[in-house]
Amino acid sequence: MSAPPPPVLEVRDLRYGDRVAGVSFKVGVGETLVLLGRSGSGKTTTLKLINRLLEPTGGEVLVAGARAAGLDPTRLRRRIGYVIQEVGLFPHFTVAENVGLVPRLERWAPDRIAARVRELLALVGLDPDVYGHRHPHELSGGQRQRVGVARALAADPPVLLLDEPFGALDPITRVELQREFQALEGRLGKARVFVTHDVREGLLLGTRLGLLDAGRLVFLGTPDEFRRSALPEVRKFMEAA
Amino acid sequence: MTLFDFYARNSRELLLLLGQHLYLVALSTGVALAIGLPVGVLLTRRPAWRGPVLGLANVFQTVPSLALFGLLIPLFGIGAWTAITALVVYALLPIVRNTYTGIAGVDPAVREAGRGMGMTDGELLRLVELPLAARVILAGVRVATVVSVGIATIAAAVGAGGLGVYIFRGVATVNDTLILAGAVPAALLALAADGLLGLAERKLVWRP
Repeated sequence: MSAPPPPVLEVRDLRYGDRVAGVSFKVGVGETLVLLGRSGSGKTTTLKLINRLLEPTGGEVLVAGARAAGLDPTRLRRRIGYVIQEVGLFPHFTVAENVGLVPRLERWAPDRIAARVRELLALVGLDPDVYGHRHPHELSGGQRQRVGVARALAADPPVLLLDEPFGALDPITRVELQREFQALEGRLGKARVFVTHDVREGLLLGTRLGLLDAGRLVFLGTPDEFRRSALPEVRKFMEAA
Repeated sequence: MTLFDFYARNSRELLLLLGQHLYLVALSTGVALAIGLPVGVLLTRRPAWRGPVLGLANVFQTVPSLALFGLLIPLFGIGAWTAITALVVYALLPIVRNTYTGIAGVDPAVREAGRGMGMTDGELLRLVELPLAARVILAGVRVATVVSVGIATIAAAVGAGGLGVYIFRGVATVNDTLILAGAVPAALLALAADGLLGLAERKLVWRP
């Protein structure tokens, strides 16, 4: 038995009004914690409490052992990749400028940014020579989200938060991106938190699953434990799949 | 006497008045932009101030221009400063309103992604919000400029010069040629300003 990897991200008794009511979990290098739950169960809120787009009303978040509340929010967010369902690419930037934004804000040398952008676009399956100079409106939905993932990885953050990243895609593109993300997971070596309400997506991509219900984490375990669980909340999700 | 004869005999005076007119419009629009742009940005950060500030700007907009020029004379006296102040007041509303509207119209997902990536508020404003709002803001500047060219003709009534000098003189002496001597170049100036700013918009503003 190897020792569990040290947590890169640790959440302790996190609270936000009555929307998040005491959530705790740890995520190590190479792990994907999937947060499942129905609309309004507090999944997205939990993510936003981690990168401090919302300020917790209780509990704490530790990133690589450092208390998030003690860091400047800007510094903190640059160490946490963030991918949202709506993607939110900057429409007036090219694909390469979008991906290179955080490195640019961090004042990397231009040739280092260019090299990083090429590397990342290739990683998410986009030919840098073909797509680098395009604008977001010239891309399909699936290509846009690939760019969104590349952008979140740009400054090599130890933590990656994904909020229903494939939720707005058509079913075929969605499956395609899920497979690619699954293949990518092994190479990323980051602590990932992946929010979805799609239990099949959760079982496919999660190394562990957490089920949120009314702001509480009612289940936390591996995909196998999730499948076998007799918990009524889990059964409801399994039956819906 | 035709308009052309009149200009042929008074070309120096025409140039002087045209210069004064341009000066009034350019200075007042510049000042209005310098005030209006930060105020518009501020309103996007302090939504509670939006109602009162835009309301106040609206109220000023409804004051008849001749009356506003007259009301400002006790404060600034006869001359260019009264005219410029009045013109700034009129130019503020379109600039403040369009700055606010332009920034508020930026896709919330874009703003959230930017904040989530760790952009500071200043970076978000400079790199994302202002460039994306530029078209709407420039449209406001365009409206402000064109309106100013027209209202600046009234500056002559408070002794600030400009092309209105011909118009007021023509009205006083019931001389249509004189009225046209002021009105035609003022109209052409408005069209030219509109065209130039339209060109700047196409050159400077990103569009899909």
